[in-house]
Amino acid sequence: MEALAAGPAPAPRNQLTIGAVIGSMALAMLTGGMLAVWAVKRSASLADGEAWLPSGVTVPEVPTNVMLIAFPALCSFAQWAIWSAKRNDRANTVFALGVTAFIALLIVNAQAFVYNQMGVVAADGEYGSMFYAITGTFMAMMVVGLLLSAVTAFRYLAGRTRDLEILTAHAIFWYAMTAVYSAIWFLVYVTK
Amino acid sequence: MTTIDSSHAASGESSLTRLLAADVDWLTSSDHKKIGRLFMGAGLLGLLATIVVNLLIAAERIDGGTAIIDSDAWTQMLSSQRVGLIFGAALPMAAGLAIAVVPLQLGARAIAFPRLVASGMYLWLGGFILSVIALANNGGLGGGDADMVDLFLAAHGLMALGFTAVGTSLVTSVLTNRAPGMTMRRVPAFTWSAMVFGLGLVLVMPVLFGTLVYLFVDHRSGAREAFGGNQGITTWAGWVFTQPTTFLFAIPALGVFAELLPVTFRKRMPMRGLVFAGLSLVGIGALAGTSQQFRFEVPWEGSQLYLGGRDDVRTKLYDVLPWAFFHLLPVLGAVILFMTMALVAKPEKNDDGERISPNVTAGFLFSFFGFGMILVGMGGAVLEPIVDLGLIGTVMSEASLVYIAYGTVLGIMGGVAHWSTKLWGRALDMKKAAPLALLGVAGVVLAGFPHYIAAFNDQPGGLAYDNSDLQILNILVLVGHALMGLSVVAFAGLLASVVLGGDAAGTAVDDPFDGHTIEWATTSPAPAGNFVDVPQITSAEPMLDMKTANAASDAGSAS
Repeated sequence: MEALAAGPAPAPRNQLTIGAVIGSMALAMLTGGMLAVWAVKRSASLADGEAWLPSGVTVPEVPTNVMLIAFPALCSFAQWAIWSAKRNDRANTVFALGVTAFIALLIVNAQAFVYNQMGVVAADGEYGSMFYAITGTFMAMMVVGLLLSAVTAFRYLAGRTRDLEILTAHAIFWYAMTAVYSAIWFLVYVTK
Repeated sequence: MTTIDSSHAASGESSLTRLLAADVDWLTSSDHKKIGRLFMGAGLLGLLATIVVNLLIAAERIDGGTAIIDSDAWTQMLSSQRVGLIFGAALPMAAGLAIAVVPLQLGARAIAFPRLVASGMYLWLGGFILSVIALANNGGLGGGDADMVDLFLAAHGLMALGFTAVGTSLVTSVLTNRAPGMTMRRVPAFTWSAMVFGLGLVLVMPVLFGTLVYLFVDHRSGAREAFGGNQGITTWAGWVFTQPTTFLFAIPALGVFAELLPVTFRKRMPMRGLVFAGLSLVGIGALAGTSQQFRFEVPWEGSQLYLGGRDDVRTKLYDVLPWAFFHLLPVLGAVILFMTMALVAKPEKNDDGERISPNVTAGFLFSFFGFGMILVGMGGAVLEPIVDLGLIGTVMSEASLVYIAYGTVLGIMGGVAHWSTKLWGRALDMKKAAPLALLGVAGVVLAGFPHYIAAFNDQPGGLAYDNSDLQILNILVLVGHALMGLSVVAFAGLLASVVLGGDAAGTAVDDPFDGHTIEWATTSPAPAGNFVDVPQITSAEPMLDMKTANAASDAGSAS
């Protein structure tokens, strides 16, 4: 009996890139779901004639806006890493990855500063627990991103300079995080 | 990036060392077949534990007037039932089968991100064990022990993360790991269902995770204002245990049915696009999860039939449209599969004028009955929100969940029976397995249908009921769960005999069922890496094409 003919070796089909896109979908669903609950609770509170933001709490606009501006810069550096890796420019690639991680670290620091400035207490009612839940999840995602930047840089430094896929996946993650923070910024810090 | 296990040479070592090495090899494996089997095995244990809980609940309900179990324990048992049916049984078994079989059907050497899948499995396992500990210590939905409630929430967070990882891997595998020539239209029906299921997990589980983070922070911090503390868990996260979100978890079982139909009736799958659309429509149930819809209410009485001004129309549309979208469209998907079955099962004759007789296997029986039970469960879920029927708050919700979860389990058991040769190298004894399918379906019908009747007679969802006529129905439910338990225990025993190699008669050939898809082209059991040479795919049924061509060639050379 004839058997099925063997095909050519399967071509690489951007597994990491597709995986990163699907992972970004998961991030979007996580943030979207949390912000939807936030919006429902805020709207219910206002409908009851109560203030949503606890009295005495003000949102520090400078660090929250700086974080928003930092994200496009972070994405530019992640994209720069791809651009230079395509041209076999090792120094620029490593530098771009390093700067990406550094900006991410600054964003984490800015968020910690926001916590300090706002002085919200988690146990103080609806706003406190929800504020820390949503921004804490965002911080956890930032830590994941930092780890991803570190892994990407180590793989590149270890000699896998032809592996552009992980650089693409790394950039996709940061694009998704930019969308995530933009939504949080608008609903939590601007709309208040 | 692919990862393929290589087997360990263990010659010259003691039997204990070899046993330990084998255990470590299994527990740290990145072979999708091993991960999938571990997932299914643990899911089978979860199912058995859930059936025990169901038996206790049913036994307690025999007398609706008196309670033996105290109210806290009763609340936790009802929680355990929902958690067990979804997170303990239906989800891990469906995910396990998909992980084990999808790469074989794709002609891939490995699943995408195998370590991510293994991590997902362990996240689920850890979460499920912690969840059982929390439930046992009064920490489930509405639980009274604050620390255990926190543990319960954290455990579900782990499980949600685990299933997100599994979903990501399944979808990426289907999109990127297909054999040369396998377009998306040529993907087997089960693989398509696994992709829809995976996509649903990626959409739903992060939303559940976000909700659990809110609930955890609110509860742990002591605020307990935003979400109502322990009582609010059902309100805010109960949708994942409730229809129509649970339809999503049944999709792989429907995929097994769609996969086995053409093989059983020895025909090509007609209207593949429509079958794929049907499976995808069932996935719409997932959108109820993403929008966190816990309870639909559709007032229908008189006024719904009369449409007054523009505002009246709008109000009624707001009531009816979400219900129609989230409940009726998935049912339409399942009905499409039913119509396909009618088409495929239509008797036909071959070129020699002989009637083509179907090859009905135990796997098909399980999947057929599983499909039927899921359809009945969906029907119950469609009726429940209609306010005028008075089913909200009755045992209807529990009964439709039992139908869907048990139906999913039956379907997955069908898949295990069908692909056992590829996974274990031995076929299940079909003569012993087929009666278990009948026992299983009898069990599900008895465990679910009497509660449908009881719901129309206003039996509430809790323990107590004051209508003594309902007692016989509750006794039947107890018998149903017992029969289902028997069926699952016997199936597990049969599977154990295959796994341990005791059933010498069941030694498998490579293609025992005249399969149509490429997993039947490799050896039984499938080797590490699945295929020596990845086949070139030229149609949706490459094995059937090859057999037809070989038969024609044999006939030509004979003449």
